[in-house]
Amino acid sequence: MLKGRVHKYGANVDTDAIIPARYLNVTEPAELAKHCMEDIDRDFVTEVKPGDIIMAATNFGCGSSREHAPLAIKAAGISCVIAGTFARIFFRNAINIGLPLLECEQAVNGTEAGDTLEVDLFSGEIKNLTRGEVFTARPYPDFMAELISSGGLIEYTRNRLAGRRI
Amino acid sequence: MTLAEKILAAHTDKKEVSPGEFLNVRVDLILANDITAPIAIREFRRTGVDRVFDPGKIVMVPDHFTPNKDIASAEQVKVMREFCREQGVIYFEVGQMGIEHVLLPEQGLVLPGDVVIGADSHTCTYGALGSFATGMGSTDIAAAMATGDIWMKVPPTIKLVYHGSPGKWEGGKDLILYTIGDIGVDGALYSVMEFAGEAVDSLPLDGRFTMANMAVEAGAKAGIFRVDNKTQLYIKPRARRPYMVYEPDNNGEYAQVIDYDISTIEPQVALPHSPANARPVSQLGDIEIDQVVIGSCTNGRFEDLQLAAQVLKGRKVHPRVRCIIIPGSQEVYLDAVTRELIGVFIKSGAAVSTPTCGPCLGGHMGILASGERCIATTNRNFVGRMGSPQSEVYLANPAVAAASAIAGRIVGPEEVTT
Repeated sequence: MLKGRVHKYGANVDTDAIIPARYLNVTEPAELAKHCMEDIDRDFVTEVKPGDIIMAATNFGCGSSREHAPLAIKAAGISCVIAGTFARIFFRNAINIGLPLLECEQAVNGTEAGDTLEVDLFSGEIKNLTRGEVFTARPYPDFMAELISSGGLIEYTRNRLAGRRI
Repeated sequence: MTLAEKILAAHTDKKEVSPGEFLNVRVDLILANDITAPIAIREFRRTGVDRVFDPGKIVMVPDHFTPNKDIASAEQVKVMREFCREQGVIYFEVGQMGIEHVLLPEQGLVLPGDVVIGADSHTCTYGALGSFATGMGSTDIAAAMATGDIWMKVPPTIKLVYHGSPGKWEGGKDLILYTIGDIGVDGALYSVMEFAGEAVDSLPLDGRFTMANMAVEAGAKAGIFRVDNKTQLYIKPRARRPYMVYEPDNNGEYAQVIDYDISTIEPQVALPHSPANARPVSQLGDIEIDQVVIGSCTNGRFEDLQLAAQVLKGRKVHPRVRCIIIPGSQEVYLDAVTRELIGVFIKSGAAVSTPTCGPCLGGHMGILASGERCIATTNRNFVGRMGSPQSEVYLANPAVAAASAIAGRIVGPEEVTT
């Protein structure tokens, strides 16, 4: 069960906003996290607390394929991202590196910045503790659920390769 | 099946595939660059595999922050270069390299019918050659380097049919900006954009690369064109292995079919801060500019430079404007030298650079200060994309960018050439 305060954004938050390209000459997640959301929300890095949740309208993570974007968000302490929809490369990247994502437009509409949420990743239940409302995110397809429960794509691939050798 | 579905099916053990289905797809080529390769290499080491599945099917190109702009970037390229040497992976050093999406087709590394995945969102460029090409992240590329395949959800296909013929100063850039302006930056989310109609048939390959390149700016997984005689003429002298040409079935199912009549459209300009903010150039009013960038994986090919040269020839860049021209590859650069475009650029007062992604993503070679405004032939105009978060980027075709360099404000080519 995850619990955290909401940082809320609009539609089409691009990966240049999540982590500007001028910081892409390093790959260390902790370094990247220092500049997370810098160009659209200067206060994010000082206000974010471990477990906090990012919420956004639609098409979150559009633009470049940089995996540095979900890495920066995860290393900043964010426990999950909830949006109406995600851009597809960001979606893959987040799942692959173990940053949980949930798609739930109703939860986004029913939540304000600063609200506290409790999230059950397995059932997809999102409780807004501030407002006393409950939402349910779209469930993952079976394949995605398997990928997530393996611990990410590298672990999933290790298991697959081990299976091949037998 | 649609064209994309046919290619995907041919890379699995299935006869038929349909949208929404999860597949393991065999890949013909895997790509990474100096920004995405270091993470891919780190993750590859964690798979427990010592050698990549096939070094001849993996390409790494140092193009984003190269020639190395600082020590940290140099360290990243070093990691990539050493990995390529160790594994025998194809690598293009500075001096041979170009912007990856200009370079790989030129080198005959991407062919019709291929499945290509790249740790770069503009990998979708290769759909211009009738391949299924899509951008992914570093970890996806790491897994594929170990296994030779990758998981994919079969995307639905949206067919975009362009009727009419483009005018003298309109090309692929205008068609794609117009389209994104219509459907929005998530108008093709998770989908394939299949480009068709007599207007795109009439486009040169370079214009088709531009259109497929920006499919991702509408959220698409891939952009794709059917192979025709022009594609064959481009491919034949470059291909060093056999390839397959697929055709969509007559009864292929499309999620949507959108028709455009483009006979009357003007050159398009996308205003800050979204590629979907497209407007006809004549409606912009008086917008002064500080910088012009002509180049990138979107518009850094020979025909793009030729258009810019047509406008710049015998004219001078406005004294208030920095005009930076970046050929997309060594081949493009050399063609531009032998066909005397570079002389035109230098005489006009433009700066010409060795190939690099450079300013497009705010890396180097033309970063904007706060309050500055640039018109660029690149693909994104997000906040802070080319430098300061208080700067602005306008997207346009090379002729509009060149004309604006002369006028010092955003204008169409007709305004300076007549």
